[in-house]
Formats: sequence, C-alpha cells, structure tokens
Amino acid sequence: MRHHLVLRVVSKILIPFILVFALYVQFHGDFGPGGGFQAGVLFASAFILYALVYGVEHAREVLPLKALRVLVPAGLLIYALTGFAGILLGGKFLDYDVLAATPTAGQHIGILVIEFGVGTTVAAVMVSIFYAYAGRTQDVDEEDW
Amino acid sequence: MTGAEMVTWVNIGLLTMLCLSAAAILLVRHLFAVAALTGAFSLLSAGLLVALDAVDVAFTEAAVGAGISTVLMLGTLALTSRSEKIAPTFSPVAFVVVLVTGGALIYGTSDMPAFGDPNAPALQHVVPTYIEGSESDIAVPNIVTAVLASFRGYDTLGEVAVIFTAGIGVMFLLGLRREDEDDEGTVRRHRSRRDASAKKDGDAA
Repeated sequence: MRHHLVLRVVSKILIPFILVFALYVQFHGDFGPGGGFQAGVLFASAFILYALVYGVEHAREVLPLKALRVLVPAGLLIYALTGFAGILLGGKFLDYDVLAATPTAGQHIGILVIEFGVGTTVAAVMVSIFYAYAGRTQDVDEEDW
Repeated sequence: MTGAEMVTWVNIGLLTMLCLSAAAILLVRHLFAVAALTGAFSLLSAGLLVALDAVDVAFTEAAVGAGISTVLMLGTLALTSRSEKIAPTFSPVAFVVVLVTGGALIYGTSDMPAFGDPNAPALQHVVPTYIEGSESDIAVPNIVTAVLASFRGYDTLGEVAVIFTAGIGVMFLLGLRREDEDDEGTVRRHRSRRDASAKKDGDAA
C-alpha cells in the first residue's frame, strides 16, 4: 500500500487516538462500558492498522514476536497470580477483599489488575493471530483486489 | 412519536438490514464482498445490542465482529481464491433438517418470558445478589464489570485461558516462522519462500 497517501496520513493520525482510547476503555471499564477484552482488541487493532498500511515487517519492528511470546502468557499469569495473592493474604482464590485495607478498595485493585491481565493476553493473542495470517500471505497485486 | 415507538422503529430498521445483509451473504459469490458484508452484519448486530441497552456486548461485537474478524477474513481471502465455488445441488434431507430445527427454535421462543420481565427465572436466582452486591460489596458502577471480574472471576479466568489456548493453537497451526525475527524484509521473504518450497518438496518425498 505504498502509494495510498490518504490512508497513510489518516492512519498515522488515528493510531495514537486508538491507543489512548484503548487505554481509556481498559482503565475506565469499572465505570463505563468496556474492560480488558474490548481494550485488548482495540489496542491490537491499532497495531493491525499499522501493519496493514505500512507493512507487517515494520509492525514487527514495533512489536516483535519475542515480545508477543512473553505478553501472551504474561496476561494469563497476572490474572492467575492475583488469584493466588488472595490466598497468600489469607483469603480465597480470586478473593480481592484482602488485597487492600478495606474490602471495596481491595475489589477495585483486584478488578483493575485482572482486567489489565485480560487486556494484555487479548491484545497479544490478536496481534499474534494477525501476524500468523499475514506471515503466510503472498503480496497481493493492487489490481487483484 | 414516543421514545418506545422510536426504539421499535429503530429495531425494525436494524433487523431488516440484518436480514438483507444475511441474504446478500448467502447469494453473493464474490468473497471480497462477502467479507465486507459480514463486517456490516456485525456492525448492525452491535447497533441492535445498543438498542437493547447491552452496551458492553455491543462494544465487543463491534470490536471483534466488525473489526478483527473482518481483517482475519480478508487475510484468509488473500490465501485462497476470490470467488466461491458453485454450491452443490439442492439436498432435501438438509432442507428438512434446517426446517425442523428452525421450527423447533421458533416454537421454543413461545415459552420464553417477555423481554425485560423482572420475574423471569433467569433474573431470580443470583441476579438480585449481584445487583445489590456490585454497589455495596464492590462499589463499582458498571455491574457488567463487577460480575465479569469479581463475582464471576473464575469464569473470566477460564475465558482468558481459552483465548490463550486459541492463540497458541493458531501459532502451532499457522506458525510464526522463527527466521522472520532477524534482519530485513527482502532477504527474509526470499528465504522463507525458498523454505516453504523446500518443505513442500520434503513432504512430497
């Protein structure tokens, strides 16, 4: 897509806003609609847009496979370890009440942390799946579309 | 026009467009158009979910259904041919199965409680506890998040594990080629193509 000037310029402007919106959805999920799943997909879509317009090679320089290989399990681990933190602090598995001084503060921290884990895994898996598809695709001639 | 009437008309409009796009997906043979139409279908479903006040679900449908799925569909399209093969001839057995299943589903809806009925069995069991608890125990305004992340934390952990597994599965099936990690594009592309053809030769042997 080297000569699609409008696409390149518009996506360059849009990508930062998509990323910030994803972060808003991620960390505002307990007040408004959204949460880790939606934020993860939005975050991934910014990278996918970048890869579509500028090429997968450039996207892989921004978010390399090595990083994805760490991030995919990291989110799930963050979630599971939050559960075990509840046990270690004297509660039950995934019991957020004991994470802070008051139960509601603990709930807030617990929800924020596990949503972060959800977002990390979802975003990393979405980008990995896209890389896996795009890695097998031959370059398509503009006329073919 | 009252608000309720307007919602009804919006619903009718959305459902009509939903049916039209579904019919178009069935009839159109050009797969690029079909991929675009499935995206439109998801976006219309998202609109319908907003009309049902299920904003969180609508959000997910718009992001996953209309966004990522369409991109993956187009990615698949780049790997395969551009137009659908001519469908096999009419099969009476399949037609009867579809008719009976559809009829059973429509018959089943007649026993369902009315939409939004507070006395519906599904809203009797744990739902009152969740609604009160999300304010008193968790103090989170969005009940969906409270249920998803706290009351049903185990389920969500399972869901994340499912996504993790799906990602691992795709990586195993399609493969994230290791040689792609180093140096530049042109060299890499040639090499990976050669690898692919070498692999094919190996399989043939």
